[in-house]
Amino acid sequence: MIIQGDTGDWEIVIGLEVHAQVISNAKLFSGAATAFGAEPNDQVSFVDAGFPGMLPVINEKCVEQAVRTGLGLKAQINLTSVFARKNYFYADLPQGYQISQYDMPIVGEGTLLIDLPDGSTRAIGIERLHLEQDAGKSIHDMHPSKSYIDLNRSGVALMEIVSKPDMRSPEEAGAYLTKLRTILRYLGTCDGNMQEGSMRCDANVSVRPVGSTELRTRCEIKNVNSIRFVQQAIEYEARRHIDVYENGGEIKQETRLFDSVKGETRSMRSKEHAHDYRYFPDPDLLPLVVSQDLVDSIKATLPELPDEKKARFMAEYGLNAYDAGVMVAEKEAAEFFEGVAKGRDGKTAANWVMGDFFATMNSDAKYTWTNPPVSAENLGRMIDLIKDGTISTRLAKDVFIFMVESGKDPATIVEEKGLKQVTDTGAIEKAIDEVFAANPDKVAEVKAGKDKLMGWFVGQVMKATQGKANPGMLNELIAKKFKE
Amino acid sequence: MSELTKLTIAQARDKMAKGEFTAVELTEAHIQAMAAKRNLGAYIVETPDLAREQAKASDLRRQAGQAGALEGIPLGIKDLFCTKNVQTTAASRILEGFKPQYESTVSGKLLDAGSVMLGKLNLDEFAMGSSNMTSYYGKVTNPWKSKADPAKKLVPGGSSGGSAAAVAARIAMGATGTDTGGSIRQPAAFCGITGIKPTYGRCSRWGVVAFASSLDQAGPMARDVRDCAIMLGAMAGHDPKDSTSAPMAVPNFEAALTGDIRGLKVGIPKEYRPDGLSDEIQKVWEQGIEWLKAAGATPVEITLPHTKYALPTYYIVAPAEASSNLARYDGVRFGLRVEGSSLDDMYKKTRAAGFGSEVRRRIMIGTYVLSAGYYDAYYSKAQKVRRLIADDFKKAFETVDVILTPTAPSAAFGMDENTDDPVTMWLNDVFTIPTSLAGLPGLSLPAGLDAAGLPLGLQLIGRPFDEETVFKVAGVMESAAGFTATPEGV
Repeated sequence: MIIQGDTGDWEIVIGLEVHAQVISNAKLFSGAATAFGAEPNDQVSFVDAGFPGMLPVINEKCVEQAVRTGLGLKAQINLTSVFARKNYFYADLPQGYQISQYDMPIVGEGTLLIDLPDGSTRAIGIERLHLEQDAGKSIHDMHPSKSYIDLNRSGVALMEIVSKPDMRSPEEAGAYLTKLRTILRYLGTCDGNMQEGSMRCDANVSVRPVGSTELRTRCEIKNVNSIRFVQQAIEYEARRHIDVYENGGEIKQETRLFDSVKGETRSMRSKEHAHDYRYFPDPDLLPLVVSQDLVDSIKATLPELPDEKKARFMAEYGLNAYDAGVMVAEKEAAEFFEGVAKGRDGKTAANWVMGDFFATMNSDAKYTWTNPPVSAENLGRMIDLIKDGTISTRLAKDVFIFMVESGKDPATIVEEKGLKQVTDTGAIEKAIDEVFAANPDKVAEVKAGKDKLMGWFVGQVMKATQGKANPGMLNELIAKKFKE
Repeated sequence: MSELTKLTIAQARDKMAKGEFTAVELTEAHIQAMAAKRNLGAYIVETPDLAREQAKASDLRRQAGQAGALEGIPLGIKDLFCTKNVQTTAASRILEGFKPQYESTVSGKLLDAGSVMLGKLNLDEFAMGSSNMTSYYGKVTNPWKSKADPAKKLVPGGSSGGSAAAVAARIAMGATGTDTGGSIRQPAAFCGITGIKPTYGRCSRWGVVAFASSLDQAGPMARDVRDCAIMLGAMAGHDPKDSTSAPMAVPNFEAALTGDIRGLKVGIPKEYRPDGLSDEIQKVWEQGIEWLKAAGATPVEITLPHTKYALPTYYIVAPAEASSNLARYDGVRFGLRVEGSSLDDMYKKTRAAGFGSEVRRRIMIGTYVLSAGYYDAYYSKAQKVRRLIADDFKKAFETVDVILTPTAPSAAFGMDENTDDPVTMWLNDVFTIPTSLAGLPGLSLPAGLDAAGLPLGLQLIGRPFDEETVFKVAGVMESAAGFTATPEGV
């Protein structure tokens, strides 16, 4: 995206840091549970609360999840990594430091392909992924002068996934987050739920004149909790930078917050007030060593990832890039599609899934992937009925609605509702004759050259047969009739 | 004073096994002695009721034929170990009134071995100090008196000063200590008892209030080598709750006391003879070498060239870790809170009121050496030097089996001495710190008295996880030294 300023065209440079909560039963360094929605301070061990003498012990499951995610991002897995302490004081940070990874993260450089609306893709570099503890939660609005602290989140495992500054528009940032979330969900390493805070995003934004390759001072916008807000925040911030530069000002490196109500960012703390985190290797933990065998065994269990699935859907089912991209965006949607498309015409399957099926799915919150409006099996059978001529595509729309209402098998519905397509030439001809007989003036008009009225006749006959006439045959027979 | 308090752990164990007295009687004798010697300030909290209860249960276990390795033995626990429902303070005001809901692994293992806890022993605040003068709960007095100046109060050493004083004064049969730079060995030497800092990783640190995590190590303090071996056997072992705890089997340390050290090579580091080392220390060291020679071992001069860097290295690494470890004492969840006008104000007021000057000094140093711009010059460099110091030992142990040095550069000093300059105080640990940085086992045992009648200690240093050789050699030296002196009134 190019922003036209008063002095020329500007380009946005965006890097994203995503905090993704690891799916695991226990926290990163303690055995406490991690489920969302528990009563405050219900899931807190003495380790999480930073009690004297308590020590962290790494949760192997979280390490495996980080490796799995690294492999999913086609990234370098560092067999030796180091946990470091990030020291700062805050009421919801019980130890007075966060255990994180600093100069030796568990995952190094990787790549993520973003899918753009025109069906093309772009590679965005991944800088690193590291494991770290989450802090607790401070609640400031429950008492006029006191803050309340909930330590349920304290110690929960996060993966911080840092991109390279490779994105150039809010749309690309959105595509990155969407794709990252898709991959995490495919891998089963993070549920990607931004509303519950299990995926959070910090955006680093700077601008530069088009054609320039310099990296100007960036601002970090913290903890934005939806993809839409991230895009809004980036756009606002980029325009703010351009305004400052064009008015002869300088951008100060700082951390900013996004106010989603006002749609603007505002300063949280400047660089001069930035914390000195005094990172040093955590002496309570040995370097984290992962064996190549473990990496290989995790690799062997990786699912087919969205990019591979998309390529296969294009090759195997003849989908175009856009449709294939839509279909793989959710793992469950891709599975559903394959359930419908297997052994059938892929494009027909895609049309039905992306059309009537998605529309119905989105029409009511009661529908979920475990409770879809129509089963993949029945939708597939319905397509079979179209193919063998039992029903027309037009009739199929009705069959689909009846399937949603009754959950019945399409063949049964066709039988019960008498929706079987009329392919008997005599019956169709009879209906045509009746329509012709009732509208002699219109017949005359057609014969006089008013071809447009042909469609009207098709509609009338279709109506007379309650939509059951085979549309192809109907067209052919009407044309023949007029030539007589 | 009851004769029962004069027994060693091994003697008491054997006599109770024969039914000569019960754990209740032994414990009662110690409770009486403990109460009679409160003037020493050795205990922060006495737990006589709990001790009586535990002693009763111990006698029942013995009757049921379930006696553990320390069945019925009354011990003192350094107040750095978290003890369930018993106040644990690290000798700091900031933890006043803190009663943990958990038991440290080491003190729990001692209880599992059948021991009885008499109370929580005084120490330097957060184990930072070499004199036990920095405790919020009062100074500890060394039970030994100088013949030259009997009125002078002497320090017991530190940080495990309460432990050393209690064992020497016979108000605990043994005690737990912790050693970060010499905190078991130096007070053991000052109080004429034996103590061993085992190899880093031998004893779990879980439930021990952390000072410097990469150095802290728990160990026993007792009246002789055998008692230390018995206690360490009960304290040691892999703990999955401590990631730095070594997954190694615990040998039978007592069985290592064979008395046979023929053919062993004993390293004598030339760097441990700094200018100004007192003649008396020098003499006792040479005496030690002679004893080992007489027992068939061979002294070998070795070099540990980076020794002189050990003290500055330690005073970067230990405060750095401490500055981070002590961040959790913030007034939010436990211990002292001094209200303030804001969160930061509460932190400042709480920590200013809760920490003593030595602790504050080390937090400041540690914060400084970890700061952006100073990290490489201090912390990072110190870590490199620490590796060189460890390599010195590694190389030396290619030719020798054990190393013999003095434990401390002097005997116990007066409470009013060494107080002006913190660095003078820090020099007390010049012989013990290198071992700590290298993570090696180091044992101090009393080897003689100086002219003032005060005990002097010698230190034996072993290979990683080779406490058995250290105990074996220490046993031989102990027999040769025949150290029977006791403080006044014992």
